[in-house]
Amino acid sequence: MTRPNHGDRLPLTDRERTGLNTALLDRRAFLKRLGGGIAVACLATGRHRSAFGQAMDHERRPFAGDKEPEAISAWLHVDGQGRVTVYTGKVELGQNVRTSLGQVVAEELRVPFDSVDLIMGDTAQVPFDNGTFASQTTPIMGLQLRKAAAAAREELEATAAERWQVTPDEVAARDGKVVRQRDGTALTYGELAAGQEFVGVVDDAIELTRTETWVVAGTSVPKRNARDIVTGRHRFASDWKRPGMWHGKVLRPPAYGAKLASVDLSAARGMPNVVAVHDDQFVGVAAPDEATAARALAAIQATWDPPAATCNDRNLHAYLVDNARPSGSDPSRIQQGSIEEGKRASSQTVEASYTAAFIAHAPLEPRGAVAEWAGDNLTIWTGTQRPFGALMELMRVFELPRERIRVLVPDTGSGYGGKHSAELEVETARLARAAGRPVRVGWTREEEFAWGYFRPAGVVETAAGLDSQGRLAFWSFENINSGTAGLDTPYRVPHRAVEFRPSRPPMRQGAYRALASTLNHFARESLMDELARAAHQDPLSFRLAHLDDERLIATLQAAVAKFGWRDWTRQEGRGIGLACGAEKGSCVAACVEIALDGPGGSLRVTRVVQAFQPGSIVNPDQMASQVEGAVAMGIGGALFESMRFEDGVLRNGQFSRYRMPRPRDVPSIEVVLLNRPELLPTGGGEIPIVAIAPALANAIHDATGQRLRSLPLAPAGRL
Amino acid sequence: MPLVQLELEVNGTRQQLRVDPERTLLSVLREELDLTGAKYGCGEGSCGACTVLIDGQTHHACKSTIAEAAGKSITTIEGLERDGALHPVQQAFLDHNALQCGYCTPGMILGAVALLQARPHPTEDEIRDGLNGHLCRCGAYQRIVAAVQTAAGRASS
Repeated sequence: MTRPNHGDRLPLTDRERTGLNTALLDRRAFLKRLGGGIAVACLATGRHRSAFGQAMDHERRPFAGDKEPEAISAWLHVDGQGRVTVYTGKVELGQNVRTSLGQVVAEELRVPFDSVDLIMGDTAQVPFDNGTFASQTTPIMGLQLRKAAAAAREELEATAAERWQVTPDEVAARDGKVVRQRDGTALTYGELAAGQEFVGVVDDAIELTRTETWVVAGTSVPKRNARDIVTGRHRFASDWKRPGMWHGKVLRPPAYGAKLASVDLSAARGMPNVVAVHDDQFVGVAAPDEATAARALAAIQATWDPPAATCNDRNLHAYLVDNARPSGSDPSRIQQGSIEEGKRASSQTVEASYTAAFIAHAPLEPRGAVAEWAGDNLTIWTGTQRPFGALMELMRVFELPRERIRVLVPDTGSGYGGKHSAELEVETARLARAAGRPVRVGWTREEEFAWGYFRPAGVVETAAGLDSQGRLAFWSFENINSGTAGLDTPYRVPHRAVEFRPSRPPMRQGAYRALASTLNHFARESLMDELARAAHQDPLSFRLAHLDDERLIATLQAAVAKFGWRDWTRQEGRGIGLACGAEKGSCVAACVEIALDGPGGSLRVTRVVQAFQPGSIVNPDQMASQVEGAVAMGIGGALFESMRFEDGVLRNGQFSRYRMPRPRDVPSIEVVLLNRPELLPTGGGEIPIVAIAPALANAIHDATGQRLRSLPLAPAGRL
Repeated sequence: MPLVQLELEVNGTRQQLRVDPERTLLSVLREELDLTGAKYGCGEGSCGACTVLIDGQTHHACKSTIAEAAGKSITTIEGLERDGALHPVQQAFLDHNALQCGYCTPGMILGAVALLQARPHPTEDEIRDGLNGHLCRCGAYQRIVAAVQTAAGRASS
């Protein structure tokens, strides 16, 4: 048994002295704040170390010549009543990690699920975290918490063994107690932790409970606070209220890239109970109620310098290509063999350009925050994926040290990668400061569309060749503008070159669920179908003939088996398509059926089967939810969604003008989960979105002979 | 707009208000009565997150003025629970895990309540049609449909 080390092993950096991690070094203070007991911390390792930590390290230098200071990534605490509290910087956005992280801790600690509480995303209580994104919560935070919980369990067992004067292997933890094996004498965790002042750091090599023996993890525990949601009791950030709170509004430019030329606040300031702020490009007002704030905003006279002309949504892709960095220059380039040699070996070549529009995350809860100053101390309640990102931005803008700012994140109405940036928090804090009272700023839906950021649009230029045996001879694949996620191919090919070429996006872009993978997998899986057709092979056999990855093969086979792919009989106006991919430690495969109601008639998605293989599964029903939800969202990007704009002016930033999947658009998705208990858990928030678009494009081709290469495929719901 | 006295019933309780009659019902519910279950999603009646029942019919509170609601009986999500017992639709949503972030959920539940009042045994297609005015960006539609079917089944048993 490995006992966690005591606090004397913790490195002492200036950052940690002044930051939250100080408490961990001053054991008495830390445990006094928590009420005594046992606490175990996990360290962030290597590439998961925070940028913040590194940035702070440069500012407050660690002792010269030492190895890199270590950063705490999470901790958990067992108190004198046996309650377990997890402190993590991850936040709950609907992906339900509040439940699944609780499960893995309950499992390792051998306690009932309900005795574990999670403090999430409160920057005054939890250690630094870079953000909730990239499908990392389950594989990284989940793993760290498992280790911390295992270490806490071992400490509890060791404490009991000491008290009973026996060796540790004569005791075992179960059900919130440690039991002396020979006679069943037990001490509860509360009894063991009470009066203790133990702080440890988990040994990275600690042994974890085997997946096959899981009793809490691996089960479909229902969402932890669902009752509060169905009764309307749960308060999202946009429901937050503080005494004396006013409402703020921000003046928005007429176009992305427009610059404020002049502003006249006199009419606004002349209104009773209105505070107006102008600071460089920022103009905003606050008033006791929203209607007055809106009137005050409308009373502001401003002129703007328009941005340089760029493009519109119709010539967007030509614009991106024209402004792209040349091939061969990007560090993302992967080259194997020689494309020229591959071309010489090809008896047939397919060249195709695939494109994707800018699309919006459109979380149903638009951004909203409440900021409250007490002297120079700021507290802010907000729905963000990056509470520490907001913290750092607020520190920078207001020139404040970390201790003076607290960011809290109520369980939030989704993000999908769209709530990473901190402009809302800065706006709200500015207006609260000017008003001298708490201020709420809630973005309208129009603001949420126009002043967040989009999933990047992109162009993928491809060329691929087949030899005389109908096997891939070369593969050339360049993504322009949207990114490197999913860029490479899992298919066997002797000569390949893939590369990302940055361009000059005319609208603000950023992270989105699965990043560039929604375009890259679309392009690859569409091209594979086009090549299969050129080779006179069916799409399934063609893929299987080029795959070595047994996990991906198994996932594809599971989807086709469930769908009945090989037995599907042709019907008038119907078509089927499939697609598959692997990324972030997981594999996905989708088979779809579509129906077209007459020429130019509406397109219906009649059937979707999706197989997903993520590693070991902590909560099967939650994982199925993520798969269903990703497919539903992906149908939007595949068929309907695109931003319309011209020279920075957004034209369709409203739900009435931006078509999104509704109940009639999404069939009941048949999910096949392939659990791999011998593998560590991976995340499921993103990769399930990547197969639906190419599967639909392939089905459309099957039904009509038409090859559509641009997302969205059917903007008005018809071809 | 000058303030006026208005009266309406909300979740069975008479409320007397002194408000600008042009304010939206959504704003009055959320700000004056602290009933934050009805949500702002789009402000134009496209997403259903603000759905309330007025005299038993669904309305977009974001597009109804408080003047229009005066003298009527409003039911919000907070009014469905009775003496700690959930409405069958609420319970069915829990049983089917028919939510992810939960922001659309109050409006969706009220939409389903009204649907079942008008049509106690809807087919799956009728449920999808009846709830098509509601957006769930997290994509919980099939569980929502299953929850409504369960609630319908329980009501008749």
